Amino acid sequence: MAVRPGGSDFSLRATGSVARRQALSRASRYVLLGASLVGVVALITLLWDTAAAGASRVSWDFVTSYPSRRAADAGLRSSIIGSTWVMATTILLAIPIAVGTALWIEEFAPKGRFLTIVQLNLANLAGVPSIIYGILGLAVFVRYFQLGPSILAGSLTLALMIIPMTVIASTEAIRQVPPSIRDGSLALGATHWQTVWHHVLPGAMPGIMTGTILAISRAAGETAALIMIGAFTFIAYDNTSLMEDFTTVPIQIYNWTIRPQEAFRENAAAAILLLIAAVFSLNLIAVIVRERFRRY
Amino acid sequence: MAALRRPRGRQRLILLVLAALSPLAGIACGDNGGDGPAEVPTNASGIDYTRLRGKVRVDGSSTVYPISEAVAEEFSKVARGVKVNVAFSGTGGGFEKFCRGDIQVSAASRPIKASEKQACEENSITDIVELQVAIDALTVVVSPQNTWATCMTTDELNFAFRSGGAKKWSDIRPEWPDASIKVYYPGPDSGTFDYFREAILTGVDRESTHRTDGTPSEDDNVLALGIENDRHAIGYFGFAYFEEAGKHLKAVEVDGGHGCVEPAFDNALRGAYVPLSRPLFIYTRESLLRERPELLGFTQFYLDNIEALVKEVGYINMPGELLQQQHDRLKPFLPQ
Repeated sequence: MAVRPGGSDFSLRATGSVARRQALSRASRYVLLGASLVGVVALITLLWDTAAAGASRVSWDFVTSYPSRRAADAGLRSSIIGSTWVMATTILLAIPIAVGTALWIEEFAPKGRFLTIVQLNLANLAGVPSIIYGILGLAVFVRYFQLGPSILAGSLTLALMIIPMTVIASTEAIRQVPPSIRDGSLALGATHWQTVWHHVLPGAMPGIMTGTILAISRAAGETAALIMIGAFTFIAYDNTSLMEDFTTVPIQIYNWTIRPQEAFRENAAAAILLLIAAVFSLNLIAVIVRERFRRY
Repeated sequence: MAALRRPRGRQRLILLVLAALSPLAGIACGDNGGDGPAEVPTNASGIDYTRLRGKVRVDGSSTVYPISEAVAEEFSKVARGVKVNVAFSGTGGGFEKFCRGDIQVSAASRPIKASEKQACEENSITDIVELQVAIDALTVVVSPQNTWATCMTTDELNFAFRSGGAKKWSDIRPEWPDASIKVYYPGPDSGTFDYFREAILTGVDRESTHRTDGTPSEDDNVLALGIENDRHAIGYFGFAYFEEAGKHLKAVEVDGGHGCVEPAFDNALRGAYVPLSRPLFIYTRESLLRERPELLGFTQFYLDNIEALVKEVGYINMPGELLQQQHDRLKPFLPQ
């Protein structure tokens, strides 16, 4: 029997352990609400604070100017172009490998020790701090393969970083596709590959896209790994090839925050607002894609 | 968090996010420079900067970084075909990359060491060219009403500025006033702070750390004002600031082991004002200057514009004669 506290005249006043349980139940609602508010309040406070510091610096000139020793002239041009190059290359490198891995794991791999090892590895790699990927990138891509602190080296590093996350998200999505779809396709005479290509992959696509875009958002905001490979540089030109040195928006923000002059902090705040807007719009795309193409 | 109380912040924020979204869509592919290329004709040294193509990678001392950054910024405006990038990983880190052949210009806040030269030689890099670009110096100052502290040894300075060091002036020398010492210093983010810490703290006693119970400020004016009005204060800032705006304070002479030396321009230039002054350099290679016109162009541009830019970023310019010596080192490589 449910007893509704504070209800009609008929309600019985609970006593003893029942009263304690009900009090706990009432309290839990507010405690849990409080817990969920922590994140929201923190984000709003941060945004508000940043907006107050940097909103006045956001302008078209700020986006199209090269960095400068004078805070008022400095802009994000080379870092936005660098970020765009790196992100595009990272996506091209990481997504086919990640989705391929996920398809193999879910659709082709024989259950056994090898599969377990692969999955265990991926789960562990997803938790490795980004700076470790930076050290790896420096040793392998920058030094050993002699790529230098180039866009290609940076993209390879970031691709390695986001592949595990993307694989995990993609396997989840592929698992959501009902077995009846596969069975139906196979029963009609389609090959294993035709089933995967024409039915499983399209069905899993919204989930894969969501995971992918979240991974890309993480790569877009990545700083530590790229500083490690040597992308912390002053650049006042537009990147035109994969082998050029580069810088990215988060690195430019870091560069501005460590300068003593207050005016550079305003630049950093303005750049943070633009970066948040970009990441936010990526996430928005993820949500739209998921809602629009959801099948299962 | 004062920002939280601002009215109408939410509307502003939403507008801002929307406004911010729009430019990001279009920027990536745009190639229309907002600022047109500056018109600089072929200059006196015979280099046509607009024709240069290629890449120059600069790395090394973070002290020299502001100068190189300023040079790169101006150079990029005239030599649009040259892709210069400037990083900093410390003087030692710069030489490491330079001797591996990763970079073409290495910036240093001290001359190259014998061990670094040897590392270069192991990679058959023997044609190193050294160019001095500026002088970095610090001035220790006290209030004009301070009658006792005229000259201090590096040990005494270390004791005054180390954590757990002198509490009163009389702790440094018994005949000095029995009054607590007030310390003013540039914020820990500044290169000035780093340099002082290297020269006076770790340089004198490896174990010592900078005290944190004083008044730090990133603004030299705040330091100067505080020291001026406090008879028992001591502090330091860049020599260039002292020369320009700090003359009403009393500069303390420094005894680095060879007697008291006044922080004067001439003393800094002839290397007598140690350890609080040091030359700043860039290094490159003869073969690169010969084979890569864009590197020669950058280096020549560096020297041609050094006077204005060094002043702007707060270091001391070399005297004309010394600057001429640097120009002379580049001359053999210039087009005749």
